[in-house]
Order: sequence, then structure tokens, then C-alpha cells
Amino acid sequence: MSLKNVNYVESGISMTLKARCWRLRAFMTKHHRNKEFKMDNTAYPALNELFVFLNTTLTNISIFYSRIPGSGILLKYIKNSHQNDPFRTVLEVMLLVFGIIYLYKNKYRTDNSFIELTPKEIEDLVEEWQPDPLLPKITEEQKRELDKVPIINGSTGPRVKLMNGKTVMNLGNFDFLGFSINEHLKEKAIETLRHYGVGSCGPPGFYGTIDVHTEFERTLSEFLGTEGTILYSQGFSTIGSAIPSFCKRGDIIVADEGCNFAIQKGIQISRSSIKWYKHNDMKDLEKILQKIKDEDIETGRRLTRRFIVTEGIFENYGDISPLPKLIELKKKFKYRLILDETFSIGTLGKRGAGLTDYFDVNPQEVDMIVGSMCHALHSSGGFCSGSFEITDYQRISGPAYVFSAALPAMLAVCATESLLHLSRNPYLPATILSNTKSFKNALSHVKYIKVEGSLDSPIFHLRLNDDVIKVDSSDEKDKLLQEIVDEAMNNGILLTRAKYLRSQEIFDVEPSIRICITASFTKKEIEKAASTIKNVVNKVLKNKIR
Amino acid sequence: MAKVSHTKRSSIIPENSSDYSVSDNVIIDNNNNNNNNKSVEDDSNNENNNVTHKEQDVDRKHRYVSKRRDDDPGWVEEVPPYYFLFTTYFSYLVLICFGHIRDFFGKRFRSNNYQHLKEQNGYAPLNSDFDNFYVRRLKLRINDCFNRPVTGVPGRKITLLERETKDYCKTFQLTGKTKECLNLSSYNYLGFAQADGPCADAVEQVVRKYGISMCSPRLEVGTSDLHLQVESLVARFVGKKAAMIISMGYATNSTTLPALVSKGCLIISDEFNHSSLVFGSRLSGAFIRVFKHNNMEDLESLLKECISQGQPRTHRPWKKILLLVEGIYSMEGSICNLPKIIELKRKYKFYLYVDEAHSIGALGPRGRGVCDYYGVDPEDVDIMMGTFTKSFGAAGGYIAANQDVIDHLRIINHSSIYAESITPLVLQQIYTSMSIIMGEDGTNEGQSRLEHLAFNARYLSTNLRRLGFIIYGDRDSPIIPLLLFNPAKIPAFSRECLKRNMAVVVVAYPATPMISSRARFCISAAHTRQDLDEILKTCNEIGDILQLKLSNNPKKLTIEEVLKYGEHGL
Repeated sequence: MSLKNVNYVESGISMTLKARCWRLRAFMTKHHRNKEFKMDNTAYPALNELFVFLNTTLTNISIFYSRIPGSGILLKYIKNSHQNDPFRTVLEVMLLVFGIIYLYKNKYRTDNSFIELTPKEIEDLVEEWQPDPLLPKITEEQKRELDKVPIINGSTGPRVKLMNGKTVMNLGNFDFLGFSINEHLKEKAIETLRHYGVGSCGPPGFYGTIDVHTEFERTLSEFLGTEGTILYSQGFSTIGSAIPSFCKRGDIIVADEGCNFAIQKGIQISRSSIKWYKHNDMKDLEKILQKIKDEDIETGRRLTRRFIVTEGIFENYGDISPLPKLIELKKKFKYRLILDETFSIGTLGKRGAGLTDYFDVNPQEVDMIVGSMCHALHSSGGFCSGSFEITDYQRISGPAYVFSAALPAMLAVCATESLLHLSRNPYLPATILSNTKSFKNALSHVKYIKVEGSLDSPIFHLRLNDDVIKVDSSDEKDKLLQEIVDEAMNNGILLTRAKYLRSQEIFDVEPSIRICITASFTKKEIEKAASTIKNVVNKVLKNKIR
Repeated sequence: MAKVSHTKRSSIIPENSSDYSVSDNVIIDNNNNNNNNKSVEDDSNNENNNVTHKEQDVDRKHRYVSKRRDDDPGWVEEVPPYYFLFTTYFSYLVLICFGHIRDFFGKRFRSNNYQHLKEQNGYAPLNSDFDNFYVRRLKLRINDCFNRPVTGVPGRKITLLERETKDYCKTFQLTGKTKECLNLSSYNYLGFAQADGPCADAVEQVVRKYGISMCSPRLEVGTSDLHLQVESLVARFVGKKAAMIISMGYATNSTTLPALVSKGCLIISDEFNHSSLVFGSRLSGAFIRVFKHNNMEDLESLLKECISQGQPRTHRPWKKILLLVEGIYSMEGSICNLPKIIELKRKYKFYLYVDEAHSIGALGPRGRGVCDYYGVDPEDVDIMMGTFTKSFGAAGGYIAANQDVIDHLRIINHSSIYAESITPLVLQQIYTSMSIIMGEDGTNEGQSRLEHLAFNARYLSTNLRRLGFIIYGDRDSPIIPLLLFNPAKIPAFSRECLKRNMAVVVVAYPATPMISSRARFCISAAHTRQDLDEILKTCNEIGDILQLKLSNNPKKLTIEEVLKYGEHGL
């Protein structure tokens, strides 16, 4: 038998194929026998040759196949998956075919609304499209507002010289401790200039961490009583960067409706889910926290990070957060507290160490204290203070820290010096306080306006008294207030309206004049200023009574 | 990734034949010079003159004009041999596996160290286990290469405060010693980071006159006459009608973009755009699409698609389209293809916002940035943004545009309403340094700084390429990224450099794609020719130790050849 001459190959595939061939031959033999044909090798020479051909070819293929490395594994796999069940093999083959088709298919879009257009149509559409102007020309009113911005000739301070040559008393800037006239600070700045130059020329991660930055961070941590501090190079961007470095999608932020714009933007960028509670209303806060807790139990959702965000002294209202109550609630509901102390550092408390000092609360109870150095500390930049875990994590994840150049050394030194100066002169916050009280007392009897803000806060807002004044729209109010500002300027007092970007503020803020009281005035000056403002307000608003 | 076409690649290689013929001539010149010098030197009386003559001679050669040349290959992303790609991926795989194994055992046997990743007494962990993995397992061990504390002026040299760690880089203690290193890390392009000289003198005057801070936002009572002066100078410098200054570079982008675009507008952004642009875009609420880095075909097809399709789902036309590009990309060292973008702008009517944070002062024959470099009219760019941190050695940033846009921006930019206004001392630094660059101080100090910087950048990037390193970026860019690839080479390169008194920045994932970790050199006009040769020698040495010369440039030069002929064929 020629079939026997073929070398057997110890390979699975050849065995199988051979078995099939034998089976076929046996079948044919049987068939012939039934028809009473005598089985003979010579009966169908052509058929026999075909068998031989088939068998040798198959054997050759199997020899070739067995030489491919790893072929055994594949075969084993096929055998295992087949398991004498053709359906399984069919399924596998279908999967393979699907995979190949999928791989070679054209890319498709997830966006269902995509419309296929011909090149001609695209060209026409491109041709037709007309964009809006980048920014429209400003309106007359906006132009007037720009023109009204006072330009100071020279240094800022308690008294400033304006471009028209007039010297006026400055009740608009945030130099609460009066460091703008501190010669020692200037000398320190110049000394630093001669050692460090001006710019830091690099982000903190890349050789921008100057020893004076670390020095400031240490001094401030000691001053506040926190573990660590991180220094940012702009006050406004600090909280907008600190919030998103911890709050991510899925986290929950509960914030005060009165929060300033920087906080609003920080919350917006963090993409956390946000709940607002009524301004400084602890009952409402508790209600909201309880509601979230109930929802948690109801939905059984995973525990995510939770934050309460509020301000120490509210930039837009001048009132003070009830910190002890906040801490109580935060502990009860397991939230972390982010406190923006931009206006309270240096002004509140016995030492001027802010809200925690004012309420005599352990500063480590507050998770993050965020503030700015361009206010009481008379420098520039911002900081975030808290535990090491909080500050160190921001050094890799706070966008405005990682991707921005570090603060110029001179400004860091000035801030440090201001802090030291404040610790050496602990009477300064008390001076601000007494000045504020005399000012507010003098102003409290004007019926046209409301003086908004806590008694202890050095910033407060003059808002029109709606019961008395017959103006409704914000623009009209702005105009009236601007008149007061202009008139005050004529009387030697520099005031400013609090400026808002109304279109982007989440909650409406009533137009106001923001007054900042600093320690550099004497009581007499303050009282005189208050009476001047009183006269001005009376004069301007006299005719607008409802 | 732009794969290098063959023709392009060949042009990177110094054309040997012509190169050497040129250099031969110059060598003869040099010899002549030397001979001349020798003969002069014999005249001992004229020794001093000779020295100045020699200095001038060196100075003349040590100059170059930053201007786009037709033969510049542009940004090329060279691919290393596959072996290194494989080992890089493999190394990360090993690091990640190892990290997970450590976590697995650590969490079971030393759970105290993992407290901060677990729920504590009802509080969710501050940072998630997954987010923290990279920091904990990959970055922690090489923390000594980042956030190195410094002191003094970040000029030609930088003084590092030496520190040591006893707990494998978890914490550092200062040793009290300092180390002076050659500074290749600061963005001090024109060398204005100085504690003396005209800038510092002027700043001192201003501190005495204007005090330190304005303590108020611009729109309230934070504007002084100095602000207006500097703004008009900046506008003049960049060639726009008006400019406004913001107290922080990062905030310049992140607070201006929300003022420019809003819902219904489209932002098209380069994939490697800086974080501040991304932050600002996200704040603005506009729809954001991204195109491949500096890839104009991709940009055009994206523009076609976006304009023809309109807003998603509604198919309403976009209100406006704003294209965000950078002049020089800070991680790539590439310069944007401005002429082509402006060509596209004419056709597709989008608005163009160019972030010149790194290019202002550093590019162009007059230092006016990327427009100057390409010879493009600044009027063709709608909004020019830049920072003063880099070339001017100050801080803050500017936006320059036509008068209407700036007026409007002043009213609606977050920074001018809510953020502190820039301090007078920083303003003065900007004013003086900019006047020097413009030559308005009556000297040609500015011009010489510009030309030194251009020479230094071109010299170093060309010669590092000749040595066989893979260098990204344009030839004229003062940012020169040297590719390291394998993760273990990142700290190794940084530490080896530090050993040899060179402060360099190393960058890895996530600031770069995972595969292409790199060292980044920032060149300054303050660097001398000797410094550059020192850098080349050091890099050559480290390159041999760390096997970094991976370029498939067939005509690599040896360090001796580079030092000898380095300045030819730039």
C-alpha cells in the first residue's frame, strides 16, 4: 500500500487528517462492497492516486506546520476549544471573523449628529460662516466707568496724590495695617533686591523655590499656628487653584452664597457637585448637610470628599463667618473646611491672626486657610495653610503653583517682614478695630444708605437703602453710587465702588461702595472722613427719595 | 507625532562636505588671526588693546540673528532605536508592577503608612489611591531632582542649597552648605535676572518712590501712573495699539480667556498648550477641540469639520472660533508655524491668540517675539499674550490687542476686577529691561544680548545634535529638550549634572508623553562661549555614561570635532 509508505509524522494535525483519509477510504470500501464490487487497489487507480496525493500534501503541510515555533500551542488550543463540539469551533471562528471585520472597518464617530458633507458643501459653509466680533466696542457707560478709575501718581498709602495733582484720603485700598508708609519694609525690599534680583525666572518645581519663600512659609505657619503653608504668586488665583487640587468630579462642595468670585471660579473648575447655603445662615447649612446625609443613606453612594467653603470676612458683605458653629457642623457631618481669610488675616483677632484668633479656635481645626498677601501684608501673592498633607499635595497638583513662576523674592521678603512687624506691634489690629467702630458709629445715622458688615470688620459696604431711595436697576444704582464716589473725591476722600463682573457672578450682588479702614488714620481723621461722607451721601441722595 | 521624512532628516545632519570646506577656510582665518594676534602680542605695549580686540573678536563671533531661515527643518520628533522604546515601556512596566507589589504587601503589613489613602473616621481620603500611585511609587524616589531650593540671583550661575534625605526622599534637611552651579534651568533668556545694573538701580528708585504694593485691584484704586507708562511701552514693543498688564503670568491666560469666549464659541487648542491656557479654556465654558502639535494639516481639517458641522447636536454656527497657540512650546522647544496659521486664519476667519510666554524677548531680530522672527505683521495676530517672568526677569503677564479689545478686556477680565494689581517694583523691572531691549537707553546692550542669546541657542542645539543626542525643537529656540527616554535615566541625568555643577531641569510623564522624558536646557544670553563648551563636554560625558546618543544621524561628530568646528554651519 502506497499509503503506508508515507512517513508518519508525530504531529497532531497529520494524525487527524490521516484519520480522516482512512475514514474516507473505509467508507468508500464499504460502499463498493455493498454494490458487490470487489475491492481492489487497482479498481480505481485514479482515485487511489488522488488519495495518495491528498495524503502526501497533507503530510507535507503538517510537517511544515510543525516546524513553525509555537504551532503546537495553537493546535492544543484549537483542540481544547473544539472538545468534539463543532458548535464551539463555529463560535470561535465567528469571533475571529468579527474581530477581523472590526479591525478593518472604517472609523466611526461616537457623535451621532455628525453629517456627512461633500467637499463642495464644506467649502461653501466655510465661505458663508461669519464670526461675531472678538469683543464688541465698549458702550458709553463702560467707557465712562474706565475713565472714572482713579490713577494714583506715585505711591499708594493713607493719602494718595492723584494725577490731577490733588491729594486725597484713601479709603479704598486694602493696606489695613498701614505698611505702605513703612520705611523699614522698603529698606528690606531693597536689601533683597541686591541679593536676589527681581524675578524668580522659574516655577517652584524647577529651581524657583527660593530660601525666602520657605522662610515666609515657615513664618506664616508659626504665626497662624498651622503645620505648613504653600506660597502662590497671586492672591486671586490661590483659592481657584487650591480648591480644584482636592475637589474632583464626584466630590461634594457646600459653599456660602456670599462667597467671592475667586471661590466661585475655583468651584466651577473643580467639577464637583455644589450645594449653596444661604449667606451665613448656619441653620440652612445644617439643613443642607443633613439632606446630603439622608441622600447618602438612601442611595448608598460611595463616600467621597466633602468640603465646606466659606470666607472669614466676606469680601462682598463685610460680615464674619461664625467659625465655632461651622467647626461644630463640619465635625458632626465629617466635612473638611476651606476658609478664605483674604480679608481677615492681619485684621481680626488679638494678634491679627485671622478668624481662628478672633474666635479663639485651634487653627488646626480648619483644614485649609487660604489668604492673600496683597492686603494686610502689603505685598503680593497668596498662600494656603494647613496640614503638611494639604500643602505638600498642592506642590504637585495645584495648577497655579506648579505651572506658574514663583513669587519674586522681594515680595516674599516684604510679606515676611510685614508678619514680623505685626507680631512686634500687636496693637495694630486693635487700632483698626477702634477706627472702624468710630467710623461706623458716625455713619450709622444716615437714612439713605445701609452700612453692611460686621462691627469688627475693617471692610464694609455702603448700599442704597431701598426703602428710601427710588432706584431699581443695578445700573442706576451703580450710577448713583459713582456720583457719591465722585463727590467724595471732590471733598478729598478717595472711595471706590466694589467692582463686580455681574454677568459671571453666580448670585446677584447689590451695588455698593466698599470702604476699607486702616490703622494709619487717627481717630480724628476717621471721624472727619465719616462726616464728610455723610454730607456727600445726603447731598447726592437727597433728591432721590421714594 | 510628526514622523521625520527622509529628506528632512538629512538636513539635520551637518552637510559634511560643505561644512568642512567652510570650516577649513575659517580655520585658516583663525590661524591668520592668531598670527596677527601673535605679532601684536609681541608688542607688549599694546597688550591691553589686544585683549579688548580679542574680546571683541570673540564677541563678534559669539552672535547670531534670530530669524526664520528657509533651510530650518522645524520641529522634528526623532524616534530612537526600537530597543530603547521597548526598554522604556518595559521599565515603566517593571516600575508599575513593583509599585503594586509594594502596595499589596505594604497595605497589609505596614498599614500605618497607608492611612492617608484610607477612609479615616468618616472622612474620605484627600487624594485617591489611584491618583496618588504615580507620586508615591514613581516620583517619590527621585524627589531630589525637583523643587531644589535655591538662593540668590538665578543668573548665569545659580546657588543651590544642599540638602540631604534620611528617609529616601520623603523629607529633606538642608545641610547649610551651598553649591554654585551653571544655570541651565531658569527662564532668564536675556540675562536680566540681576542684582545690579540699570534694572536693579531703577527698581531701587521705584521702591523708594512708589512703595511695594498697590493693595487693590486695577479697576478699584490699584492703578498708578507707572502702570499706564509700562502698558504703553509694552504695546509699542509688541507692535499693537494697546496692552494691559496682569499681576501673574498664569492668571493672564486663565482670566482672559473666559472674558474672550463663552458658551457657543469654539476654542481650538494645540495639544501641547500650557496648563494655564487649558485652565482658562475650561473656565470659559466654550467648546474645546484639540489639534496635533504644530500639525497644520490636522488643524485645517479640524477647522473644516468644525465650521461645516457647527455646534454639536444643534448644528448652529459657532459664534466665534479662537485658535490658541504658543510662540515657543515650553516642553518641546518648538516654534509655532505662524505664517501658515495666518494663511489659514484668512481663509477660515478664526481669531488668533498667541501665547508668547517663552518667545517674547527670546525670538526675532529685535526680540519682539514670534511675529518678529517670521517677519509677520503683528496686526495679523488678534491677541498677543506674553509674560514678563522670562526674558525680562520680572513677573506677571500682558495682553496686547487693538484698543477696543483691550478697553473691553479691562472691564471684563477677572484679574483687573478682582485680583491685585501688579506691584510697582516689578513694573519698573519690566520697563527698564524692555527699554534696554528696544535700545531706548541709548546703548546697544539690548541688541547684543539678543544676538548672544540667539547664538547660544543655535550653537548648543546644533552641536548637541552633532554629538548624537536626540534634541527636539527648533534650532533657534532657547529651550533645548534633550531626550532621555528610559525612566531610570531621568534622575541619573539630573544627578550626574549636579555632580558636575550643572543645574538642569528634567521632565517626565505627566508633563510629557510617557515615552519621551527629557532634560530641558534653558539658554541665556548670560552664558558665555566657555559655558556652552562646558555644557557640551559635560553632556558628552554623561551621554556616554548613560547611553544617550541615540540619534540615527549617521555623521556624528566627536566632542573634539564639535569644540573645534562647533560654530560653523550653524
